[in-house]
Amino acid sequence: MNSPIRTWRFHGGVHPADGKALSNSVPAQRAPLLERYTVAIQQNIGAPPKPVVQKGDTVKKGQLIAEPGGFVSAPVHAPTSGTVGDIVEVPGANGGAIPAIEIISDGKDEWGSGLDPIPNWKNTDREILKKRIADAGIVGMGGAAFPTHVKLSPPPEKVIDTLILNGAECEPYLTADHRLMLERTEAVLEGAAIAAKILRVDRVFLGIEENKPDAIAALNEKAGQYGVTVVPLHVRYPQGGEKQLIYALTGRSVATGGLPMDVGCVVQNVGSCAAIRDAVVEGHPLIERYTTVTGTPVANPGTWILRFGTTVEQALTFAGGVKARAAKVIMGGPMMGFAQTSLGVTVTKNSSGILLLQWKETAEYTSNPCIRCGRCVRACPMKLLPGPVSVMVESENYDEAEKNYVMDCMECGVCTFVCPAKRPLVQHFRRAKAEINAKRRAAKAKQA
Amino acid sequence: MSEEIEKNNIALPEPGSLVLSTSPHVQDGDSIARIMAKVLICLLPAVAASIWFFRFDAVRILVYCASFCIFAEYGWTLATRQAATIGDYSALVTGVILALNLPPGAPWWLCLIGSVFAIIVVKELFGGLGQNPFNPAAAARVALLVGFAGPMTQWAAPATGSLVSGATPLGAIHAVQGSADAMAQLGAPDNLMKLFLGNVGGSIGETSALAILIGGLGLMAFRLIKWQIPLAMIATIFVFTGIVHLAAPGLTPGPLYHILSGGVMIGAFFMATDMVTSPITPLGALVFGGVIGVLTCIIRIWGAYPEGVSFSIVIANALVPLIDRMCYIRPFGWHSHSVSALNIRRGEIK
Ligand code: SF4
Ligand code: SF4
Repeated sequence: MNSPIRTWRFHGGVHPADGKALSNSVPAQRAPLLERYTVAIQQNIGAPPKPVVQKGDTVKKGQLIAEPGGFVSAPVHAPTSGTVGDIVEVPGANGGAIPAIEIISDGKDEWGSGLDPIPNWKNTDREILKKRIADAGIVGMGGAAFPTHVKLSPPPEKVIDTLILNGAECEPYLTADHRLMLERTEAVLEGAAIAAKILRVDRVFLGIEENKPDAIAALNEKAGQYGVTVVPLHVRYPQGGEKQLIYALTGRSVATGGLPMDVGCVVQNVGSCAAIRDAVVEGHPLIERYTTVTGTPVANPGTWILRFGTTVEQALTFAGGVKARAAKVIMGGPMMGFAQTSLGVTVTKNSSGILLLQWKETAEYTSNPCIRCGRCVRACPMKLLPGPVSVMVESENYDEAEKNYVMDCMECGVCTFVCPAKRPLVQHFRRAKAEINAKRRAAKAKQA
Repeated sequence: MSEEIEKNNIALPEPGSLVLSTSPHVQDGDSIARIMAKVLICLLPAVAASIWFFRFDAVRILVYCASFCIFAEYGWTLATRQAATIGDYSALVTGVILALNLPPGAPWWLCLIGSVFAIIVVKELFGGLGQNPFNPAAAARVALLVGFAGPMTQWAAPATGSLVSGATPLGAIHAVQGSADAMAQLGAPDNLMKLFLGNVGGSIGETSALAILIGGLGLMAFRLIKWQIPLAMIATIFVFTGIVHLAAPGLTPGPLYHILSGGVMIGAFFMATDMVTSPITPLGALVFGGVIGVLTCIIRIWGAYPEGVSFSIVIANALVPLIDRMCYIRPFGWHSHSVSALNIRRGEIK
């Protein structure tokens, strides 16, 4: 596919079987209203929000139920109108239990967010728009859940010249962003235009893997009028990795340990863009999202518009349950998602997919020694040496691993995907990163 | 579907049966056993050529080495109470490559000693597949050459069966050293053709450059080896011997003769490329191949042995940690200005 701008090819990467055909042609369906939602209080990276409602309070749909606990934090809103129940514990997607606010629906589903629509955002002050995005609780919906208003507030000394919209959706099986770009094309583009206004940039790229030709065509039709350039990219995982995407679109490489804004870029997920538009133009805070429920065991794979606080069990019920034995339930995609042991896990702002895998499709790990085949080295998009570094971690030599840049690992899973010895490399790197972070924190605490 | 909870006639996965493990949850399906099986397939042309030229001798040696290697590894895992590892076929690969490196007259006990040395001493004592610093087959060939020089240099002309000493193409070089005419004769096209096809004396599997090349291309097509290693090794030998031949035509024959004779081909494609004992980075692989090429030329031209490929591979194996450190690759986003200019490429791996 012809590209409107010059693109660059990032190092390594893989082509896993993408499984997107299961769900990419099914239009997104709105989930029926549930009787009860359990909305996780912390759905963002950063400070945990604080609940502002009491048991027995009546709330409207979109009303604030937990306020941000700091600048890097995002508020949470009621998914429907009704009464507040208990603060309950629900299983978290990353393991462990997390607190959640129970909302019992009154069946009326009445809006009452207290946020006024700003249809005339073009003539609105940038700070007001930014505040609206913060108030609407918008976070990075591609996976990291980093509060969007923080990303849109780069320190004054950083010159930002490019806004990048991440529509790559390189994770196999997931089609939520694909459906969103196809069905809410203008919302995505308008949200991008709002973000571009806030950042004062006029270069806006939308990177999208070329396996979504229908979405590309739909976007191209409207992109010009919002000042967005749609750039089809080769299909290669992890094309949607933040640093990889920036490199692919601009040829700039973010320094190790650096941030996208160091090279003048801000990256936003397309889902977050649509949420920005809804918050500004409609005055609707973020209470629902496109989520793909898929996998070969699922009876009717597809994409659903789910409100936060919906459980995996309910989401699976919408999809008709399972028609074959599932060995794994994964929040997210097969490369970076988290396996779950409970169906009580709830959908949150970064739940891009609920994926079920059968036994024969899942990976098995061993503790075989590294045979130094070099496949991981060839494939690692961060150009690390996963094999040798994993050996250092195995011998608990974390200092050595740190010197060999284990902190640059983005846990994309590529190395583990290709390893013929079936070593659990990502697991080693997660452990090393946790150990090194703990050590750094301890050193900081000592200094203070 | 008894395992699933039924709710409004909708089946859901039973939470207790779900598997918890870290991402990624899918793999590309290649395993060590599959890699080794593919290597075995790529060895088939060389095996066929050895049987074609050396008939029953080749069959005998192949069967001996393959079974001794497998038994040695199985015995070792039994004795040390480890899980059996013969299922990954790596012992079989070692056995076949070792067999291809033995002379047609090799007696059964030579095969036994070579196999046990390769599997137990070179591989298992270092911790098994993945931990061994030296290529088992190359190290075993070197050990046998040093310890049993007699039987290791009983060469037979192909398909005649009469044992003669020193009748290999490389032995021929030493016999005529000093005469530029004789050297030129060695490099004559019909002679090179014989070398290319393999109708000459030598270890059973190393004589046919053609057969090895076919297998070698297979290795590259399957992406089983770092192509940089054979390329760098063969190119280095070509350039090195080419220069020496031009400078002193009576000292050594032309570069093609060197590349096609002895263990260069099998060494370049099947032994130097052993992934466990070669550098892990692409640049390291280039350097590694070059080092083997230079060492081979030095041993062949000025050394005491007519052949030097196995020696060179073993020496280069020992240099792998050093090469890996010098050919360190920096992560994506590493900029030279982020560290001292004096510290560039001083490897982080220790
Ligand atoms: S892919 Fe696996 S076996 Fe190969 S070098 Fe990397 S860690 Fe080692
Ligand atoms: S998980 Fe880390 S080490 Fe492995 S390929 Fe991805 S970035 Fe590289």
